[in-house]
Amino acid sequence: MTLEIIGIYAIAVCLLIGAAFAMVGVIGLIKFNDPMTRLHAPTKVGTMGIGMLLLASVLHSVVFGDGSMHELLIMAFLFVTAPISAHFLAKVSIHNRTTETPPPTSRDGTWSTLNSPDTTPGPDKPD
Amino acid sequence: MGRAFRWLLPHPNVTLLLAVVWIILQNEFSPGMFVFGLILGMIIPWATSIWWPNVPQGFRPIKMIGYMFLVLWDIIVANVEVAWIVLTVPNSRLKPAWIEVPLDLRQPEAITVLAGTITLTPGTVSSDISDDGRCLLVHVLHTDDPEAVRDEIKHRYERRVKEIFSW
Repeated sequence: MTLEIIGIYAIAVCLLIGAAFAMVGVIGLIKFNDPMTRLHAPTKVGTMGIGMLLLASVLHSVVFGDGSMHELLIMAFLFVTAPISAHFLAKVSIHNRTTETPPPTSRDGTWSTLNSPDTTPGPDKPD
Repeated sequence: MGRAFRWLLPHPNVTLLLAVVWIILQNEFSPGMFVFGLILGMIIPWATSIWWPNVPQGFRPIKMIGYMFLVLWDIIVANVEVAWIVLTVPNSRLKPAWIEVPLDLRQPEAITVLAGTITLTPGTVSSDISDDGRCLLVHVLHTDDPEAVRDEIKHRYERRVKEIFSW
C-alpha cells in the first residue's frame, strides 16, 4: 500500500519534470530568432522531456502490475533518430543561408554543405 | 570455419541487438522467445548484408555501455543549464558560436556516434562535416569561450569514442 503511494508521487514528479522541460523547449522555440539557436530547443524536449514522461510510464506499469519495457525501446529509437533530423535541419539552414555562414575550416577545403554549385555566396543569389 | 561464420553472421553485434529488441517488444522472457529472436537476428543481417558490406572493426560493447551512462548524466546536467539559459538570457545578450572540432576519429561509425552525442547533449548541435571528414562543425547555443567547449568535446567524448572503436 505504501509502495503504491510512493509510486504515485514518483510518477507525478516525473510527469511534472517532463512537462516542465517540454514547456521550456517550446518557450525557446518561440523566443529565439535564428534558425540555428532555435534548433537547440527541440533537442532538449527530445531528451529530457520525453525521457521523464517515459520514465513515468515505466514507473506506472511497474507499480500497478504488469511491468513494461517498451518505453526503453521508444527511448532508444528516439535517441538514435533525433540527432539525424537535427543534423539535416542544420544543413538546410546552412544551405539556404538563413543563418550566419560558418567560418571556413582550417584543415580541409570547405564544409560539405557549402561545397555545392548552387550555394555560392553573393548578392546574385536567386530567391 | 572463419569464413563460414562470417557468411552466416555478418554482423554478430547486430544479431544480439535484434534478439534483445525482440524480447523487449514481446514484453516477456521465455527461452522460445529468445531463440526466435536469435533466428530473426540471424536472418535480417544475412538478408540485408549486401547493403552494408563493411563491419565496424574492434567495436567494444562493454565500453559502449559505460559511455552511454556518462552521456545520460551529461544530458541531465546540460538540460538544466540550457533551460536556465532559455529562461534567463535575453536574445540580445545570447552568444551563439560556430566551433570547429578537428577529428582524430577515422571510422564513419565512430564519427556518427560522436556527432550524435554532441547533438543529444543540449546546448550543442553538430551541423556539418568537412569535405573529407576531418572536421566537425558544431553550433553552440551560448558560450563565452568557444575553445573550452571544443576541448571539452575532444577530451570528454572523442577520447572515449576512440576507445570504443579501437582495434
